[in-house]
Amino acid sequence: MMLAWTIYISFLGALALLLLPKGSATLARSLALLTTIVTFAITLTAFVQHRTGALLTVTQKSWIPSLGIEYHLAADGISLILLLLTGIIAIAGILFSWNIERRVQEFFAFYLLLIGAVYGVFLSYDLFLLFVFYEIVIIPKYFLIAIWGSTRREYGAMKLALYSFIGSAMVLVGLLAAYIVAGAKSMALEDLARFPFPLHFQMWAFPLVFVGFAILAGMWPFHTWAPTGHVAAPTAASMLLAGVVMKLGAYGCLRVAMTLFPLGLGPWGFHVLGLGSWRDVFALLAVIGIVYGALVALVQKDFKFVIGYSSISHMGFILLGLMTLNQLGLAGAVVQMFSHGVLAGLLFAVVGRMVYDRAHTRDLATLGPMNLNKAIPFAAVTFVVAGMASMGLPGFSGFVAELMILIGAWRAFPLFAVCVGIGIVAGVAYIWRAMQQAFFAEAGVEPTSMQPPLPPISIPERLGAILLIGASVAVGLYPQMLLNVILPALHSPLFDGLRKGSWQ
Amino acid sequence: MTTNMHLWLLPLLPLAGFLWNGTLGRRLPKTLVTSVALLFSGAAFAQVLWIAAQFRSLALPHVESFATPWIAIHGFQVDFSFLLDPLTLIMLLVVTGVGFLIHLYSVGYMAHEEGYWRFFAYLNLFLFFMLTLVLAENFLLLFVGWEGVGLASYLLIGFYYNKDSAADAGKKAFIVNRIGDFGFLLAIFLLVAHFGTLSFTSIFGAIAAHPAMQGGVLTTIALLLVLGATGKSAQIPLYIWLPDAMEGPTPVSALIHAATMVTAGIYMVARTHVLFDRSPLALGVVAIIGAATAIFAATIGIVQTDIKRVLAYSTVSQLGYMFLACGVAAYSSAIFHLVTHAFFKALLFLAAGSVIHALGGEQDLRAMGGLRKKIPVTFWTMTAAVFAICGFFPFAGFFSKDAILFAVFNASVLHSLYLGKLLWGIGLVTAGLTSFYMFRLWYLTFFGSARYNEEHAEHGGHGVHESSWTMLLPLIVLGVLSLVGGWMGWPEALGGHDSFAHFLDPVFGASAAAAPVVMSSASAGMERMLAGLSMLIALLGWLLADILYHRNPKLPERMAQKCSALHALLLHKYWIDELYGAIIVRPLLAISRVVLWRGVDAGIVDGSGVALASGASGFSSIVRRMQSGNIRSYAGWLAMGAALVLIFVFYLAHCI
Repeated sequence: MMLAWTIYISFLGALALLLLPKGSATLARSLALLTTIVTFAITLTAFVQHRTGALLTVTQKSWIPSLGIEYHLAADGISLILLLLTGIIAIAGILFSWNIERRVQEFFAFYLLLIGAVYGVFLSYDLFLLFVFYEIVIIPKYFLIAIWGSTRREYGAMKLALYSFIGSAMVLVGLLAAYIVAGAKSMALEDLARFPFPLHFQMWAFPLVFVGFAILAGMWPFHTWAPTGHVAAPTAASMLLAGVVMKLGAYGCLRVAMTLFPLGLGPWGFHVLGLGSWRDVFALLAVIGIVYGALVALVQKDFKFVIGYSSISHMGFILLGLMTLNQLGLAGAVVQMFSHGVLAGLLFAVVGRMVYDRAHTRDLATLGPMNLNKAIPFAAVTFVVAGMASMGLPGFSGFVAELMILIGAWRAFPLFAVCVGIGIVAGVAYIWRAMQQAFFAEAGVEPTSMQPPLPPISIPERLGAILLIGASVAVGLYPQMLLNVILPALHSPLFDGLRKGSWQ
Repeated sequence: MTTNMHLWLLPLLPLAGFLWNGTLGRRLPKTLVTSVALLFSGAAFAQVLWIAAQFRSLALPHVESFATPWIAIHGFQVDFSFLLDPLTLIMLLVVTGVGFLIHLYSVGYMAHEEGYWRFFAYLNLFLFFMLTLVLAENFLLLFVGWEGVGLASYLLIGFYYNKDSAADAGKKAFIVNRIGDFGFLLAIFLLVAHFGTLSFTSIFGAIAAHPAMQGGVLTTIALLLVLGATGKSAQIPLYIWLPDAMEGPTPVSALIHAATMVTAGIYMVARTHVLFDRSPLALGVVAIIGAATAIFAATIGIVQTDIKRVLAYSTVSQLGYMFLACGVAAYSSAIFHLVTHAFFKALLFLAAGSVIHALGGEQDLRAMGGLRKKIPVTFWTMTAAVFAICGFFPFAGFFSKDAILFAVFNASVLHSLYLGKLLWGIGLVTAGLTSFYMFRLWYLTFFGSARYNEEHAEHGGHGVHESSWTMLLPLIVLGVLSLVGGWMGWPEALGGHDSFAHFLDPVFGASAAAAPVVMSSASAGMERMLAGLSMLIALLGWLLADILYHRNPKLPERMAQKCSALHALLLHKYWIDELYGAIIVRPLLAISRVVLWRGVDAGIVDGSGVALASGASGFSSIVRRMQSGNIRSYAGWLAMGAALVLIFVFYLAHCI
């Protein structure tokens, strides 16, 4: 099966970039682009061929036999969708960093290392292996921000790395405990998911591992790394960060925490402040994230912070979808992972690449008088389209995803679904405010005349924008494309525990 | 009988026009842009006529759907399916017919605008979504169209996006609508939860199968739908966006903010009337909202000075009538008024546009006057529209308004008998107010002395002039429709057949409440009397306007000074915008900024991170001192540690 090569090719590409002779920027870019296109082609082929969505073993070799750890890669419908997303975002990210001039080879080498590790996480079926890849992701992420970043980049990079490490420490403790309780024979996801962990164990292991992953998914109140990290990161890194890295967290929540410890979602048997289980707690945090992220985005002055906080809001939908524990909500959460990945990538591309790299400011008040709509109309149109998609207009992927999540949430927590309304209305408002202030403000006293005209939008940027918009529209018009592979995956034995526990 | 009507093609025609003009229009010559836009909207109209011609041979309701579902998941399925019944057909005729006329009008009106292609692309986009809305066979597809028309409306309101007021108006329209849309969404959730489907036929079938199902959850669903409808159809409390929407180009105001989109809420209530029939409470709410909005907006309309704003408040008021009709389960009267209103209100806007065009962009009524002779076609067509909206026999508005008021007077679905009479009284007073502000507008525009600035109007060197034929032709067609358009609903009491209502019987006839009045000679006499009364009131309004704005033009000013508080209250639209700003918008922004962002985010969440970090580094800097390299201090630490261990062991051993 070819899928394993997505990891190897990315790593090989990174290595090859470092070996290239210095000073050949175009060559480095082309090589990086080629690498990502090949990996995308592999994921797309797998996605198209593998219509059933059932589990598919890619490779399985003994790795550390004494501990029962295997090099086991496998994919089901859910991971296929995320692999596809990674492929798309990877290409778009390179197209939007075509203008990187400083230390080009290293930039793209780190970039491909990150991509390869992300592919690794989505493909890992052995939890130890998953954890290894999960850790590898953090390293290039740190360097991409600390070297090529902008505003407060060291701070942002360090905050991001610390939050990530705290999260993975929690995950590690939980996984090791599970491994030992289960008899220390195997780290395979399937084996552990099948093991009947005692209830009281699951009751503390579940929140530990779930929160560990959810930190990376931007769950309130562990979210502040995200906006600062996004703002500090170079465009491609913020695209990857919002597009796929946050999805790693959400994927871990669903794939590891919830399948291993389904009983941890059950009722405590008592109520605290009206909350009767971890499920209630996390659903509440998700709703807070949705509303809070949207409201805070509404008052930001920095364009990128607006998008950064909007990510918190949209990631809240994913967590809410997971906590519904019904098919509609879970499937919606997976569609939302794809949708938000594409749309957040696009929004960051517009803000970071199209606007900031030209205007050299992200302050909304300063951008207004620049009359950007006239100067770079393509950026304005792209932002309008991306904004419409982000606020969940029908025809785009976000609508279907959030609708499914909300219907699912309505069945599980009607009151929460109503509260989400504030987030949705504010979601319109912040996009609108940013759009109007950045692109369509009343032209001032001809300030543009004394500045040199902004460089036009380049071909790679156009291609990247079209790729991402196309992906969102395709899913919006025909969501069945994703649902056809998600549903069988949700019915696989892996999710037995969840289904039996509290499936509705 | 399963004739394929190719309903899927209908929305796709304008969509094709949108895609063509939206992507290529910038580089194409104007004539090509125009022909594409007209071709595709005209083709849609032609298809509707073709459908209408074959309509009698169809088995109703006629549903066409795609083989593959849109979203299918266990326990939840939504199809791409379209529904055709008499209600749909009427809406289709209005949308494509009036839509095509307004496309034609825009060719002349927008000729000198920058972004000509953009305008026509958006207009076609609007038609696409509106047709989707009207044709939808399930709530979700209806919602798609619903959101889509909102988007197109925003794009067109904000067409002059460099003007801050236009951009703000677009934003306001979208956000306010979004509040209503969330009500709609919640209704959808409830429907899914209770019926497991969103298809109209299945849901209405399920309700019909359970005669005992009454109130309860149906009331909740209906009220949430009403919230959605108040947003789109500009009713209290969400009407505030529509007057501001007048920032858009005038043809847009005519098409979207008068004839079609704003009636979507009425259409939705009529379409889902099965739900409302089972909930007297929801119907009562609809009726009260409608009546309140009708009179409230009419009072604001009498003091506005911008010609388009007068018409905007008049639209809000007329939509209130339609709501009122829905609220007494007289759905066919509501749809009838929707149709006649589409004719005369679109005409009023287009004629106002023609006036504005003639005066080179002037919209202030105080700077018009005496235009009767200069732009005669505009004058005569607008006169027809004014007579129609005021409800003079035999103009279109007479029949539809009469039908509504008669239904309200005899309402049997309202809880209290007096409520019906009260609402009828409000409707009657509103009719008088309508007549007053419409004739005020008529006099200020066309009579009296010319108060406009000749030089200002002289753009292109040709003074005040009549518009081109592409603009006048739609005026004339709509003028004729404003006259004869009501005849299809000629009531039986006046010797007609009321064929409009009978045509809709297959849709609304099923509901018991829809047939409130058994025609008898007594009620026919009553209907004639009520009709006469409303004519009388309208005449009174005309007379008052004639005295104030024609015979004694100085009088209104003096009156305004005398009752300055009342005048200011009306002029500032009861300060509702300011009220919303003060109690909702500003506190929300302040809370977001001060409490959530600076307080929680930067303060508590980040602050505790920083506190943890500095705690850790503080602790390590203390601990670091232990490792001083000084042998004696090591010995000291060692001794202290040993002492601690001893104490610990000693006491612990005793304790256990």
